[in-house]
Amino acid sequence: MDWFLQQSINGLALGAIYALIALGYTMVYGVLRFINFAHSDVLMLGAFAAFYLTPAIAGMLGPQTIATALVVIILSAAICALIGVTIEFLAYRPLRKRPRLTVLITAIGVSLFIEFTGQHEKVFGAATKAFPKLLPSRDLTLGALHFSSNDIVVLVLTALLLVVLWFIVQRTKLGMAMRAVAFNEQAAALMGVNVNAIISFTFALGSALAAVAGIFYAMRAPGIEPLMGIQPGLRAFIAAVLGGIGNLPGAALGGILLGLLETFFGGMPGLSNYRDGIAFAILILILLFRPAGLLGKVQPEKV
Amino acid sequence: MRGKEPLFLLLAVAVAIGCSFGSGVFNRYYLGIAIDVGINVILAVSLNLINGHTGQFSLGHAGFMAVGGFIAAKLTLLCGPACPEALRPLLFLGGLLLGGGVAALAGFTVGVPSLRLRGDYLAIVTLGFGEIIRVLFQTSEFFGAATGLTGIPKWTTFGWAWAFAAVTVYVVACLVNSTYGRGFIAVHDDEIAASAMGINPVRYKVTAFVIGAFFAGIAGGLYAHHKAVISPSGFDFLKSIEIVVMVILGGMGRTVGVILAAILLTILPELLRGVAEYRMIIYSLLIIVLMLTRPQGLFTFGKKGTVS
Repeated sequence: MDWFLQQSINGLALGAIYALIALGYTMVYGVLRFINFAHSDVLMLGAFAAFYLTPAIAGMLGPQTIATALVVIILSAAICALIGVTIEFLAYRPLRKRPRLTVLITAIGVSLFIEFTGQHEKVFGAATKAFPKLLPSRDLTLGALHFSSNDIVVLVLTALLLVVLWFIVQRTKLGMAMRAVAFNEQAAALMGVNVNAIISFTFALGSALAAVAGIFYAMRAPGIEPLMGIQPGLRAFIAAVLGGIGNLPGAALGGILLGLLETFFGGMPGLSNYRDGIAFAILILILLFRPAGLLGKVQPEKV
Repeated sequence: MRGKEPLFLLLAVAVAIGCSFGSGVFNRYYLGIAIDVGINVILAVSLNLINGHTGQFSLGHAGFMAVGGFIAAKLTLLCGPACPEALRPLLFLGGLLLGGGVAALAGFTVGVPSLRLRGDYLAIVTLGFGEIIRVLFQTSEFFGAATGLTGIPKWTTFGWAWAFAAVTVYVVACLVNSTYGRGFIAVHDDEIAASAMGINPVRYKVTAFVIGAFFAGIAGGLYAHHKAVISPSGFDFLKSIEIVVMVILGGMGRTVGVILAAILLTILPELLRGVAEYRMIIYSLLIIVLMLTRPQGLFTFGKKGTVS
């Protein structure tokens, strides 16, 4: 039972991070119908933004204070939002009317470009860097359970962000326009929605969430490096498919489910070696038996 | 041209093997690159059957290559010492074919469940399968776990690599140009229309996957016996991307273009050795710029229609 609760806490914290990333995939898929492969690299850039910002901000607001952490997270998110919008403008917008495969290949190209530029010694360098401590982390013990105070912070902030996102999407005009574009781009344009602006906004929102997720991920990982985004990025994509791609609650649910499943299976003796394969096995099973995902709607094919 | 293709194939294989006998006079470094080119031609042309002709975007080609490489290398490592000198080419051929066969089986396993998917979903699933194959090799003690296999005999010569390249090009070109093979292009162009015309898309997709995987497995075997060392990490996502770039650069579904691209992309990194640190950056920029300006590929001129 203790083992179960312990793994649940670890799994929830990991799943919350996956959920944040998955939301970005699913939002972009919703409006543009393609997988933004570069999303996982935006996450990495978010972690690196925080890496370079922390010493500077800590100098002004004091090291390891809540104010510092918040400012660093907000600034990193803003930087990544800008990067996300730029990527969309330069690489994806000119391809809007082209076949989806072309866009997909371009996205892979953008992703590789960010990764290899990051690995160059004059940019970030390929070596792993220690991520600075944003918050004083304390190890808490509750009965037989051990967890870090950072896990709680991650869970609370993720929950908060989910509420904010829900509010933006469901209760604001911008969110309504986003849903309209996702539903039918042409009809939305005819109703006076500025489609390009909404797509830019979607990228900004998704990239900002990815930056926050990147920082959370870096807080738990041993260090950061330019390829750090690939694994969580792939998992988060799987989470988005698991929940039903294009579906926001689905992405959050899928992320948390995947985090839990991975932690439970990975924690079992004998299975831990296969940890990397588990997420993909889940993906394949889901696509075989419920291609639309857990919360997605099956769409009949039209000629 | 019709009816003369077998002659061309025989000629190509004979020339490849003939050149191989004279290979002693060439610089070993250049010879190594020439073998790399041959292997990459096999990989690119076989992937082109899946990605280009049939239009099923696969990102797992390195996985099939790994299957072929590990199986063939394990076989020659186990049986090689006991095998008399004269029978070695036979053993090598057997190893390659076995590797290709198992890879084809893997291709079948990937092909069947992936049929329900298209476009980016398929890309992600094939990527996942490639990763699963890699993880399986990484955890298998029999195949040397994370270190992989070492001390594989260096049996791949210029003749072997180019003879198989010729066979691959021949099989793929003949297949696609045959009446049966027109089905691949039909599935590529419009699946629904194709099935309305009585073409079974499922069968064509699986066939493409199986044949593509078979040749990728052969290429893997040749690669293992060329490098003498293989490890699971050498067959990751990036390796698949490298092959995909060859197909895209050459123009999807254009065999000649893809061969040219495979040759170019194997030689180019060698020429770029001086700026090796920028190599992958240039590579990725190339993909983006190409997609923005020439999505039909670098070596495609004129109308699509004749595939050879």
